[in-house]
Amino acid sequence: MSNMHIKMTVNGKAVEGLAEPRTLLIHFLRENLNLTGPHIGCDTSHCGACTVDINGKSVKSCTMFVAQAQGADVTTIEGIAEADGTLHALQEAFREHHGLQCGFCTPGMITRALRLLQENPDPSEEEIRYGISGNLCRCTGYQNIVTAIRAAADQLNTAREAAE
Amino acid sequence: MIPGSFEYHRPGSVAEAVALLSRHSDDARLLAGGHSLIPMMKLRMAQPEHIVDLQDISTLHGIAQDGDTIVIGALTTQNDVIGSNVLAETCPILREAALLIADPQVRYCGTVGGNVANGDPGNDMPAIMQALNASYRAEGPNGVRNIAARDFYEASFFTALGEDEVLTQVRIPTPAAGHGAAYVKQKRKVGDYATAAAAVILSVSGGNCTAASIALTNVGDTPLYAEAAGQALVGTNLDAAAVDAAVQAAQAITQPVSDGRGPAEFRTHVAGIAVRRAIALAQERAS
Ligand SMILES: Cc1cc2nc3c(=O)[nH]c(=O)nc-3n(C[C@H](O)[C@H](O)[C@H](O)COP(=O)(O)OP(=O)(O)OC[C@H]3O[C@@H](n4cnc5c(N)ncnc54)[C@H](O)[C@@H]3O)c2cc1C
Ligand code: FES
Ligand code: FES
Repeated sequence: MSNMHIKMTVNGKAVEGLAEPRTLLIHFLRENLNLTGPHIGCDTSHCGACTVDINGKSVKSCTMFVAQAQGADVTTIEGIAEADGTLHALQEAFREHHGLQCGFCTPGMITRALRLLQENPDPSEEEIRYGISGNLCRCTGYQNIVTAIRAAADQLNTAREAAE
Repeated sequence: MIPGSFEYHRPGSVAEAVALLSRHSDDARLLAGGHSLIPMMKLRMAQPEHIVDLQDISTLHGIAQDGDTIVIGALTTQNDVIGSNVLAETCPILREAALLIADPQVRYCGTVGGNVANGDPGNDMPAIMQALNASYRAEGPNGVRNIAARDFYEASFFTALGEDEVLTQVRIPTPAAGHGAAYVKQKRKVGDYATAAAAVILSVSGGNCTAASIALTNVGDTPLYAEAAGQALVGTNLDAAAVDAAVQAAQAITQPVSDGRGPAEFRTHVAGIAVRRAIALAQERAS
């Protein structure tokens, strides 16, 4: 089958490339665009390690054809820190609260948590657990991930109030 | 896991999608959220040569009230269902069920149309649509027709939908004001299909049950509308004998397979518990 000319916005930049329509978005991101932050954990739509943000939704990029993302606005873990390298509050909180051990699930966790906090800036512990239930972690037991997300929510809310 | 090659189409209207399906007949598949089809294509259990992606067809989105019918566009996602005020007020069982489907990422993509058209007995929406007596609107080369959810499912992955038809809407008769409904699902973990699940919708007046419908998920080759189970409740005050009769009538039509979710006998047992709990919840919620 012939290649498609793929164009999309990734982390705020217009990107393009040639790929077969059947190419999974995760492969396009990792192999064509060299964005190896999103990981392939299960390849069966379960683990969430491949989570990216597409048009305002958290999506498992192993379960989307690149053709479906034609024209989309995509954010990966690489696009979450400031341009000068200053970490996002979520990234800081994961570091501060030991929200990771091996780090394999972390890009997916943080990308998902970012969308969760955008939709619900003040989540309860239960809402956080439910909100990240599509992301598996084999190391932490989740407790510190939940703590980190809650701490980031506080941090972001304080910063928002200060700005108002 | 790499799916087979295909040619990709993104039509802008239902008519165009139908034309593509007609032109490529049995080699084409519609793609909605992709969260059932893509996993199957990765396993090469499906190898369509043409993929017709519905995402640009704006008329397939949205939830609306049309007289006494709730109309859900096929591309409405499970996440949209959870966020819909109209549904929360008029038909809360859909939200309750959507919250039990898969996980947040899957719900952002998975659509109501895909869930009901897929034909996997594990899908949760079909049994609920049967309990609600919903119908599906299908558009094909010969025009538009409505198919009752209760007549739609023929066998696992076989439905009444033609190969050249697009399911455009799910149409639900607005449940009676004051009805009580519940969807009770037992699953092993987040993201699992039901071991067994039951949808119950009923109305109560002066302590007596005036209408009831019951349907079951994942305990047969298709979703199961348990007509006799609902009938066993109507005209009773939902006492223990009536509930027992409904549970038995529902269990009698189950034909589950034994799999990782448990042996067949266990799944029939769980179906009975789901029916019992759903009746109790629906009764509590009815007013
Ligand atoms: C990890 C995981 C867990 C899941 N758990 C559950 C669960 O617990 N319960 C549950 O119900 N589902 C579950 N699902 C499935 C999920 O809900 C799917 O999204 C849904 O079954 C199909 O919807 P879709 O929009 O993704 O359809 P697609 O995958 O795009 O399509 C599915 C099928 O329906 C056809 N189709 C789609 N739209 C139409 C249309 N408008 N007209 C005609 N045919 C159409 C397609 O051609 C295809 O054959 C799970 C999926 C995953 C990946
Ligand atoms: S790699 Fe995509 S969900 Fe696991
Ligand atoms: S930190 Fe190792 S999988 Fe989560």
